[in-house]
This record gives sequence, structure tokens and C-alpha cells, in this order.
Amino acid sequence: MREKPLNDSALNSLEVDVVVAGGGNAALTAAVTAAEAGASVALIEAAPRIMRGGNSRHTRNMRTMHEAPTGVLVEAYPEQEYLDDLMRVTGGITDENLARMVIRGSGAAVAWLESHGLRFQPALGGTLSLARTNAHFLGGGKALVNALYRAAEATGVRVFYDAPITALEIEGGRFKAAIVEHEGKRLRIGGRVLIAGAGGFEANIDWLREYWGPPADNFLIRGTPYNKGAVLKMLLEAGAAKVGDPKQCHAVAIDGRAPKFDGGIVTRVDAVPFGIVVNNSALRFYDEGEDFWPKRYAIWGRLVAAEEGQVGHVIIDAKPVGRFMPPVFPAILADTIGELAAKLGLDAPTLEKTVRDFNAACRAGSFDPNRLDDCRTEGLMPAKTHWAMPIDKPPFRAYSLRPGITFTYLGVKVDATARMQMADGKPSENIFAAGEIMAGNVLGKGYLAGIGMTIGAVFGRIAGTEAAKHVRG
Amino acid sequence: MSAAEHDTTRAGILAEAERQMNICNACRYCEGHCAVFPAMEMRLSFGAGDLGYLANLCHDCRACYQHCQYVPPHEFGVNIPRVMSEVRTITYAETAWPAALGRLYRGNGIKAGLITAAALALFVAGTVMLADPAALWGANRGAGSFYAVIPHNVMVALFGAAFGFALLALGAATVRFWRWMGADAATSGTDIGTGPCLAATAKALHDGATLTYMDGGGDGCTYPGEAPSGLRRVFHHLTAYGFLLCFAATSVATLYHYAFGLVAPYAMTSLPVMLGIIGGIGLIAGPAGLIALRTTADPAPADPARTGMDGAFLVLLLLTSVTGLALLFWRETTAMGLLLAVHLGVVMGLFLTLPYGKFVHGFLRLAALTRYAIEKKKGRAL
Repeated sequence: MREKPLNDSALNSLEVDVVVAGGGNAALTAAVTAAEAGASVALIEAAPRIMRGGNSRHTRNMRTMHEAPTGVLVEAYPEQEYLDDLMRVTGGITDENLARMVIRGSGAAVAWLESHGLRFQPALGGTLSLARTNAHFLGGGKALVNALYRAAEATGVRVFYDAPITALEIEGGRFKAAIVEHEGKRLRIGGRVLIAGAGGFEANIDWLREYWGPPADNFLIRGTPYNKGAVLKMLLEAGAAKVGDPKQCHAVAIDGRAPKFDGGIVTRVDAVPFGIVVNNSALRFYDEGEDFWPKRYAIWGRLVAAEEGQVGHVIIDAKPVGRFMPPVFPAILADTIGELAAKLGLDAPTLEKTVRDFNAACRAGSFDPNRLDDCRTEGLMPAKTHWAMPIDKPPFRAYSLRPGITFTYLGVKVDATARMQMADGKPSENIFAAGEIMAGNVLGKGYLAGIGMTIGAVFGRIAGTEAAKHVRG
Repeated sequence: MSAAEHDTTRAGILAEAERQMNICNACRYCEGHCAVFPAMEMRLSFGAGDLGYLANLCHDCRACYQHCQYVPPHEFGVNIPRVMSEVRTITYAETAWPAALGRLYRGNGIKAGLITAAALALFVAGTVMLADPAALWGANRGAGSFYAVIPHNVMVALFGAAFGFALLALGAATVRFWRWMGADAATSGTDIGTGPCLAATAKALHDGATLTYMDGGGDGCTYPGEAPSGLRRVFHHLTAYGFLLCFAATSVATLYHYAFGLVAPYAMTSLPVMLGIIGGIGLIAGPAGLIALRTTADPAPADPARTGMDGAFLVLLLLTSVTGLALLFWRETTAMGLLLAVHLGVVMGLFLTLPYGKFVHGFLRLAALTRYAIEKKKGRAL
């Protein structure tokens, strides 16, 4: 990011009790917790101030266990149901002990955030399915980030913005110092503890390409461009034990016109169940009516990634407009399917046949987007099993989709005290981890909306507390 | 989709506001902050009518700016407080009555200053030339001493005419704005019908009077900086209620004069003077506080074109209260005559500019809040 050559003779140094790598929810929670326990803390954020906060900037809620209705959450979301949901999405790839800690700590994490300047609100419009399970931040994730930076400043945490970590001095699992680029100089920040809260590597296209090959170049990264995985890589090279499948990342289908990085929530396209999705050959390739949001939302990134050019085109007619969240980019509009094909760069006769065949296969039913209805196709491969309505009312609309990468699963292994584990089976003497960099311990696969922030908040507090304890000896 | 060069033409501002609203409508993270975003969610498209409505619902609390992940330098370049302020200025100018006076919104600060300076000069010069020198330069006491300088009938004629015209113009602008907001009803928003809307008006008056939406959804405006604060709301209340108390003082005094035959100046403990003192203090503390906040505010979410209009209005309010209290405290000295002329000149400047400046925001906002109360009852988020 910085082009200026670094001046080695100007190496400045600094000693603190606790060095926190990262600047999102987990890092901030850890830093504030450690500082409140009396430790001197330096927080090192790679992004400049205006872009601070990692992927927390783009979040909006936190999955929270509760036995009874709270101020912002309806009904109850008990521990066992929460765990069952986690088991279902991960297929059991989770450390149940750590998972239960996250779930049990979630209510206290919300209260802690409230006491540090964040306000919660009832579920947002368009997310009513989460009204029971997820506590929403008033103003979204950046409000959380702002509140926590204010809390950090109030507790005396020294914050370094625009300060990528270029090296970690770690010997035999023992952290000594972080080397940081800051204001054109190299800075050595020594500490008695390191808390790693620096996220995954989803914004590192080169690293993604190692697993995905050339298609990775067509991926769009939904979050911060600063999650390059530098700290994660340094920890793994220093001998940390791995968790999470390095080849996996969470991908959703987003508008292909989205920015390469940082497009966030607005680039989603929720129209898939209301139409058909074709590839660059103008052919359908998967059941668009398989399941509800968010499940359908989470599988389409991977599906589109597997198609030629990593592109899919969702095609709807005029009927469902207003039934899904308004996409940020305008639809491509045409009065005929042939004209739409031309605008999308698809073969018109093939698209016309795909739509004709689909329309002919639709069996009449009672259309209901709120349940798995009986509107389905017959004799079509692949079938559309719900919400199948003929695409026949112009103007026709299309959105081109690409895979949008949310996060990666690869992380470092931790124990119940957030202490990083080494590949040789021993615990690190003084390195702790919180947030996305260790989320794979709990969320080994799949996704459960809002659990990433819960993991970050719960383990951030554990890491901060343990770090302060370590400092006190 | 990325933010264009800042285009300050009418079409440019409306296109930019529409672009940003389409981004916000796909996000909706800010819906807990105020009325703008829930009202936005009832629409899928944003014409001039919708944008004028949403802009006047906006209380400029700036929470949506401080909490937005898409503010510059992000390529989406979202900056709702600024563009809403720009749209508000368009609605003020285009609903002004008579329409030709809408041009007063260009360079409004300078024009308001010139109008006030002219009113002041006329009052001082007129008083010096026409008043009885003994009354003007002598130490006057007792009933009728003001009117010995400027006859009561002259005051009533001048201020009655100016205030009556201001009310007429403000009323006409409000009606014109009400129609403006309905311009896109066919393509977006909710059919609000044409029936009576007393409940909605009452709700709007409540929300306006309490500044329900000038608090960022509970914690206060992120103003002047990033941390929420209740200061701006406090200063706005001091300003608005200070103004109303001063107005009440004048109204009670009028009643005293005509109904009870009591002639000013009144005793310090009399109702008009008490109201005037309390109101005047509010009308000093409020505008002074708002000006002080402005000088330290984060400039990014502010519309620089509005500095003149907003600043002129605050200064004019401040001058009104300062000259009024000065008149009160030195009314028994030889300075009274000149202080009276100065105060009346300033008040005349204020009255003349009321329908063509920042003061209009209260009327258009109440109209927007009324529409919102109706839409909330009849409409739903899309």
C-alpha cells in the first residue's frame, strides 16, 4: 500500500504489555478488556482510520442465546437450539466445548458491548427471520467499530492506524515483538503477550489462487481489502496448529458489477428463487427453488464459481419486482428474452429455448414465497422445485452474478483460554487469538448468520482477560 | 455506481441523491437512526417528490454518515447528510412564494445580511430623522416612552404587514411543498389519500416539537464529531423555544396593549418582560451554542453551500435576542431611543427574511413528518 522506501536506520521501538494485531470487533474487544484489567496495550490496525475495523465494518448483528425475550430479541433462543443450528451448518466440524463457550458467552458479550457505547435495535427490515436469534447493532457494524475505538481511546489503548505488520518475532512459540510499517518508518513493538485478531486471508487473491487456480481472479471480495492473512501466515510459519479447511471460503452470489473489494451487504441479489439462473451458455445448472434464504443465498456463490467465467445470470420477469430486497445496481431490462440475451452477451436462440422449456415445465400451484410452495417444474433437468412461475411478463430483467467471498475458514487452533496451540501439541506461552483468525475452531464449515461476531466478541474478551492475567504473572 | 464529480446543478443533486438512496435501500443498516430510512424502505424508486420528502425528514443528525461503511473514499461515496441538505435547499427555493423570490436562496447568507442591514439602516436613519429629538436622545421612563420615539401605529403597521406577509408566504410554501412530496405517488411510495389527517398532524407536531429524530435513534447526533452527543438537540431546543417565548412576549404585550390598555414598557416582573427575558436568554444560548458546534463540526458530512444561509439565520436570531435584551436593560437611559431603532431594524430584517431562509425548514419538516405519519399507518416496507 505504501510506495515510499522504508528507512531502516529510523527503526523506532516501543514496549507494551499486550500487542493486539488487528482492528475489528475481536481485536478491539480484546484490547479494551486487557486495558481495563490494567495492561498497557498497543493495537495495530493495517487499515487507515477511515477504513478501520476489518470486516466488522460490514456486519450488522450478533447471534445471541437467550432464554426469554430481551430488549431487542423476541421469544427465546436456548443453548441447545443454537448448538443444533451450529452442528447442522458445520456438519459437526466444530469443537463442541469451544462452541458452547461461545453460545453461553453471547448474552454477556451483548451486555458488554452495550456498556461500551454500542446500542442494539430490533431486527432490520428484510431480516425479520433473524428477529429471534440475532441482536442487531443500531447503525450496523461501523457503529460497533466506532464505539469500540472510542472505548479503546478512553482506556488508554495506543492505536496505530495504517500500520501493516511485516514480521513477528516468535521463538519456540513465544512472542517477542511485532515489526510494523508506520508513517514511512519501521517500528518494533515489543510485548509480553500477542493477541492475534487480524482476520482471515480472503482479500489475498494470490493465496486464494493457490487453492482455486485462475478462477480466483474472478472472485469479488465482499469485505475489507486489508484482510490479506499476513498475521495468519506468520503464525502458521512460526509453528501454530491449523484449523479449518484451507481450500474453503464462504461465498455468496453477488452482483457482478460490485467493486472488487469492500462491496459489502448492498451487492447481494436476492432474486434467485423468483426466476432462473443460466450460465454463459444460456443454460440452467441448478435448482433455483431448492431452499429459503439464507441457505440458498450461501450456496450460490459456490455454484457460480464452478461455472465458466465464474458467472451466472439470474433472469426474472416483471411479476416478482418488490418481493425481494432492492439490489443496488439497476437490472438489465429488455422487452423480449432475445433482446435480454443480446444485452447479456448470451446466445439468443439458446436463452429463448431455455426460458421456453422452463415456462412449459412450470406446473400451476399456489405461489407463496414464505413457504416451500407447490409451484414446481415437471420433466425439467435440473428441476426448479419451488416458486416456479413462467417467465412471461415483460419487461424482463437480469442481474449477472459472480462469487462474492465473505471469509476463509483456515485459522489457528486455540484452547478454552483463547491460547494458541502449536503444531507440536504444546500451547503457545504468550500468544492468544480471537475472531476470524480462530473462528474455524467453532465454525469449521458452512455459515450461521451473525456467529462470526459472537465468536469475535466472546473470544476477544477471553483473550483480553487471559492476556492481562499473563502480564500480571 | 461510483460517486461522480460533485455536481451542484439541480439535476446533478437529484441524480446523486437518487443514486445514494438506491445504495441505502439495498443496505438498510441505518433504519433505526431516524425516519428517513423507514420512509425510504417504502419505495423502490426515488423521484424529485420522494427525494424532497426524504430530505425534509432528515434532521441532519449525521449518524448515518458516521456509521456508513460506504462513505468516501469508498467508491460508493455515500454521504447522505450532505446530499439531503442540498436537496432541502432545492425544495426551499422551488416552493418559495411568490416563486420569483426563490432566487433569494442563491447566496442566501449575503442577501439575508443585506436585507437586514438595509432594514437596520432605514430604522436608525428614519428614527433619527423623524423622531422627536427630546424623546430620542433623552432618558425616558414610564409608559409610552417607546412610542414617543417610534409611534405605536407605525410599529403596528410595519411589523403587522411584514409578519402577515411572512405567514402568508410560509403557508403558501408549505402547501406547495405538500404537493411537491406527492409528485411521485404513482410510481413509488404509498397512496396517502386526501382525507383529513389530524392525527398525523398531531404526531408530526409532537415529533417536531420534541425533535424525536434529532438524536441518532437514541444516543444523540454524531455531531459535532463521531461520538454521539445530545448538545445539538439541547441548543436547537433553546433556540426554537427561546424564539417562541420571545414571540409569546410580543403577543402578550399586544394583548396588554389592546385588551387591557396597558402601554409598554412593562415592569421587569410583568409577564411579557419575563417571557422576553427567558426567551431572550434561550435565543442567545441556543444560536451561540449552535454556532460554536458548527465551528468544530466534522466538515465532511456538511453541505458547504449552506454555511451562508444557516449562519445568517443563526446570527440574525442572536442579534435579535442581544438587541432585545440590551434594550430591556438600558431602556431607562439615553441609549434607549437608538437601541429601540436598532432592535426593531434587526427584527424587521428577521421578519422579512423568515420565508426565504433557514426558518422555512420548520414548516417543510412538519409537512414531511405529517406525510410520514400517514405513510407509516398506511404503507409498508418493500
